[in-house]
Amino acid sequence: MIPLYWYLLLSAAIFCIGLFGAITRKNSVGILLSIELMLNAANINLLAFWRYLYAPNGDLRAEVFVIAIFVVAAAEAAVGLAMIISAYRSRQTVVANDMDSLKG
Amino acid sequence: MTGIQILFIVNALVIIFSAVMTVTARHMIHAALWFVLALLGVAVVYAMLEAGFFAVVQVLIYVGAIAILIIFAVMLTRRALEDQEKPFNRASLVTLLIVGIVFVGLILSIRFWPLLQSTTVPLSPDQLTVGTLGLALTDPQQFALPFEVTSILLLAAMIGAIYIAHERKEKGK
Repeated sequence: MIPLYWYLLLSAAIFCIGLFGAITRKNSVGILLSIELMLNAANINLLAFWRYLYAPNGDLRAEVFVIAIFVVAAAEAAVGLAMIISAYRSRQTVVANDMDSLKG
Repeated sequence: MTGIQILFIVNALVIIFSAVMTVTARHMIHAALWFVLALLGVAVVYAMLEAGFFAVVQVLIYVGAIAILIIFAVMLTRRALEDQEKPFNRASLVTLLIVGIVFVGLILSIRFWPLLQSTTVPLSPDQLTVGTLGLALTDPQQFALPFEVTSILLLAAMIGAIYIAHERKEKGK
């Protein structure tokens, strides 16, 4: 069988890749993709802990949490992409550094 | 090394490779397609964790909806970033260092946690049904409130997305 920490190592790797992308990508759609990767890493972690520690007792809290993260990810993608398209329409750019309307 | 372990390692390598390609790809459309591959790999991980419902939901929501949404956004913002330009900003080396430190720290903390060496116990078939989860989500004694809160969040996000992306006609012109 697969030990629990294999899943945790996998999700740590995905999370770190996503973190790198979220900080360094220039394209804001790329930043959104990286954040989705990080959310997926968190989901793997939650489901792995659920399966190994909680599922034998019939505890469903982790699964409800995963559903909430799915909803949050969908909401984040929808609102984020709407904002990117809106910013592109007014400024003709998707580069995160150029979106400085709020700069004082 | 059993067959399921080999499957896990191959799947993990596919996920990590496609995640790296998602983050480093120059063309955003390539990044979006690699992202779809990474999400499918994550769905396989869910299936290996005996969370079949979440594997299906992953394919439906992420691969079916979010990936299509992202590809549409990429196509709508097409010529924004020149393709020969570097995809990273100037902080990339520092960030690589910090992320490497974070990753090593995570590995060390995971490796020396005795609880995590535990292996799984097989579940009985009645613990794996979607029906249990569905009943728990609608039971006021259990998770009905979080379920309703997430649905309100989704509704608010939908209205917000429509409002933000809506093209306003300038009045008086």
